[in-house]
Amino acid sequence: MPYISNTGTERQAMLKKIGVSSFEELIAAIPPKMRMSSPLKLDEPLSELEITRKIKSQTCGDLCTSTANAFLGAGVYDHFIPAAVDTIVSRPEFFTAYTPYQAEVSQGTLQFIYEYQTMICELTGMEIANASMYDGASAIAEAILMAVRKNRLTKAILPATLHPEYVKVIRIYTEGLGIELLTAPMKDGLTDLEALKAMMDETVGSVVLQNPNFFGNIEAGEAIGQIAHSNPKTLFIVAADPISLAILKAPAAYGADIAVGEGQALGNSMYMGGPLFGYFSTKIDLARQMPGRIVGGTLDIEGKRAYALTLQAREQHIRREKATSNICSNQSLCTLAATVYMALMGREGLVEVATQSAQKAHYLASEIRKLTGFELAYPNAPFFREFVVNTPVPAAQIVEKLLPRAIYPGVDMARFAKEFTESQTGTFAVPGEKQLMIAVTEKKCKADLDALVSALREVTHV
Amino acid sequence: MSRTIFEHSSPGRKGCTLPPREVDLPLDGIIPAEYRREAIPRLPELSELDVMRHYIKLSHKNHFIEKGLYPLGSCTMKYNPKVHEALVRYSCFNNVHPYQPEKTLQGSLEILYELQKDLSEISGMAQVTLQPVAGAQGEFTGIKVIAAYHKAKGNTHKTKIIVPDSAHGTNPATCSLVGFEVVELKSNAQGRCDLDHLRSIVDDNTAGFMLTNPNTLGLFETQIEEIAEIIHSVDGLIYMDGANLNALLGIVQPGKIGFDVMHFNLHKTFTTPHGGGGPGCGPVGVVEKLVPYLPVPLVNKNDDGYFFDYGHEATSIGKVHTFYGNFAIMLRAYIYIKMLGAEGLRKVSENAILNANYIMARVKDHYHIQHQEYCMHEFVADSSWQKKVNGVNTLDIAKRLLDKGFHAPTIYFPLIVPEAMMVEPTETEPLESLDAFADAMIEIAQECSQNPELLHEAPLTTPVRRVDDVRAVKMLDPIFKIEK
Repeated sequence: MPYISNTGTERQAMLKKIGVSSFEELIAAIPPKMRMSSPLKLDEPLSELEITRKIKSQTCGDLCTSTANAFLGAGVYDHFIPAAVDTIVSRPEFFTAYTPYQAEVSQGTLQFIYEYQTMICELTGMEIANASMYDGASAIAEAILMAVRKNRLTKAILPATLHPEYVKVIRIYTEGLGIELLTAPMKDGLTDLEALKAMMDETVGSVVLQNPNFFGNIEAGEAIGQIAHSNPKTLFIVAADPISLAILKAPAAYGADIAVGEGQALGNSMYMGGPLFGYFSTKIDLARQMPGRIVGGTLDIEGKRAYALTLQAREQHIRREKATSNICSNQSLCTLAATVYMALMGREGLVEVATQSAQKAHYLASEIRKLTGFELAYPNAPFFREFVVNTPVPAAQIVEKLLPRAIYPGVDMARFAKEFTESQTGTFAVPGEKQLMIAVTEKKCKADLDALVSALREVTHV
Repeated sequence: MSRTIFEHSSPGRKGCTLPPREVDLPLDGIIPAEYRREAIPRLPELSELDVMRHYIKLSHKNHFIEKGLYPLGSCTMKYNPKVHEALVRYSCFNNVHPYQPEKTLQGSLEILYELQKDLSEISGMAQVTLQPVAGAQGEFTGIKVIAAYHKAKGNTHKTKIIVPDSAHGTNPATCSLVGFEVVELKSNAQGRCDLDHLRSIVDDNTAGFMLTNPNTLGLFETQIEEIAEIIHSVDGLIYMDGANLNALLGIVQPGKIGFDVMHFNLHKTFTTPHGGGGPGCGPVGVVEKLVPYLPVPLVNKNDDGYFFDYGHEATSIGKVHTFYGNFAIMLRAYIYIKMLGAEGLRKVSENAILNANYIMARVKDHYHIQHQEYCMHEFVADSSWQKKVNGVNTLDIAKRLLDKGFHAPTIYFPLIVPEAMMVEPTETEPLESLDAFADAMIEIAQECSQNPELLHEAPLTTPVRRVDDVRAVKMLDPIFKIEK
């Protein structure tokens, strides 16, 4: 069903008005030998009823996290989303509109982005934010490129505690531009401060920190910020989990120049990892080096408050090859979900989400470490809502054995072993095959946590 | 007066309550105070109804597809079917974590595998990666693939990419982002690539050529064969910007007429919602010799079922997204293709072309149109007549269209047409709305001569009057100043 309103009779009338007798005359410019001689080889078309049936039968064997007891994180988190979020996001007024090019008929979109920018800055302590990047990874990459534009220093230091998938994306965005990526090693699950200090010199353009880091551990932001700023030209880029910022220090408070991060945890479903959205915020004096769309408050000709896209002279549609980024469309609807989510949770609600997640994660960690053969991989590092445990048997075996019980016990760290050995230098323990990374959100009740502990005990008991 | 959400805040109000704390460990005992913030973020405090009223009220200030024609050229603002929205919200999609074991993702993986296959067929390409999350990221991926191809061949001297002057701004911006030098190609009097100019700028350093087809004038680039010969003779590769693919479904397969790489905009051609500016999805198709360079993973199948295939990792450009791209957007495109089939997709393009030509036929006596030939899915008119005679420009006409209940076309683009208005009605618009839009355009042309002042003042009926975007830059105000 191609969703076409016009009937054959109407189309004939239209052809007549155009002054042709057949559709073929309209495409006469296309040389005949370039045209397809037979129809596309695709499945027979399905009705709405049939596609619904097909999708249901295709996915009936899959086990999603709403039926399983899941502890998966590593960049995507299963936080609770109030129903009202989807009610707003499902409004065709929002989801069928496009980039607010005509401000006078896009005030709805422009205003929510302005509110979103404000909320993000409230979390990060920054002064300006854009209307989103594609994900946390590309937001960090764009921040590194922005630092190069600002200080012309092409060396960037990434921490070994950065998400290995982020590292891959950062590499693809920075290679070919003469940017050198260095890795600051880690020690006991945290960035090695002494080693980082030794790497700093006047050629370092940016220092990146993920906080909480990939392993869930809370980094010494203040100390790292000071080391980064030992070169006054160096920009300090912090990728912070936005939920954590309800209770943890704002990146600006420990010296960040650019605060970015993965925003999915704010009111967006997991969808197998996409769409995500990257938030991007910085100090006002860096505004003109920012990538992406920015909304600003202004007035209309009658003096009425209004909103518009602003600082567009940075962007590709104006500056073309000299633009600050090639980004055009972004993840606007995801930021609408985040905005409505933050408005609903409010001041106390977001703190409660962060607090309960942390409390439950710490309770679970303390119970798991009591089990024979289990220990925390980084017992001295503070963590937020995710932690790594060493397991008595390969984590893959645990994951496999718990599957029939509908439990996803966490992410098997062996998945990243290759990335850590290949892409991140430095002397530190490479995540092994006997490690599991466990994430806990406020959605888990105590019984879920206890069920995981019992299951771990049973499947590792010899 | 439109107050922000912060101005509606009232201390103590709540829009959501969590269950009581079952595990009430004191925070001091689990996260040392030195890492915690002292003042909590000043988010607004509202009830659920407060929040709903606020955002519903905001929604009323938007133009959107169900409200009326949204003829933004090259954006393909077609109707977004509601079954897509219902099906993607199934729990087995929105509650799926990317690191679940593959055996628990078989349904989703099958869908991705099928979508790769269907997009390959539609484009005539050998393989498609679904990973890029936007058209611009698709361009980035495609140009990276071109860079990787040359690197593998030791073509270190290939430093430049040719981009026509009619191209979308993302094309040159993407080339710069990858580290290529951009060389601009002129258009000829027929609105196509100037081949003499092309021959004069192509040399051994040419890595590739980016072309939008149909181009941004809404015209089919008829000389592809010659262009391909010129570019391929120096081992360059040809990239197709697929922004305008809505004109070619079932009519032309780009991979079969000389293009080596192309991106799709699922949010345009395959009607996934534009979302106020995203999320989109920008898959990239390539010919056989470029498959080894595509991002990892692809989705493949063997006797055990479907799996994420990292097999070509050693030659791959790497990854452009943390996980696998915008899965929820791919799902919608999959449903669309499965419901339309070959015949439906061809009808899409036929009707898109018919609708554009119909509007052009109706307005052509009232507005200057530089290229007097049948268009593909969009056409470019301009207001040079009105500007010269009445002192009214394209911006004025665009704003007046808002008064008449339509969104404006894409304006001042392509850059090669002064006072451009690029109109793309899409195939889903019914005859009466095409007529209503054409009537409005004609009325406006009359208003230009009878009452040009009215045009300068437009819009008059929108939620706000003409917005001062110079002030938005000069007195930069990117966040609301929260008082307490």
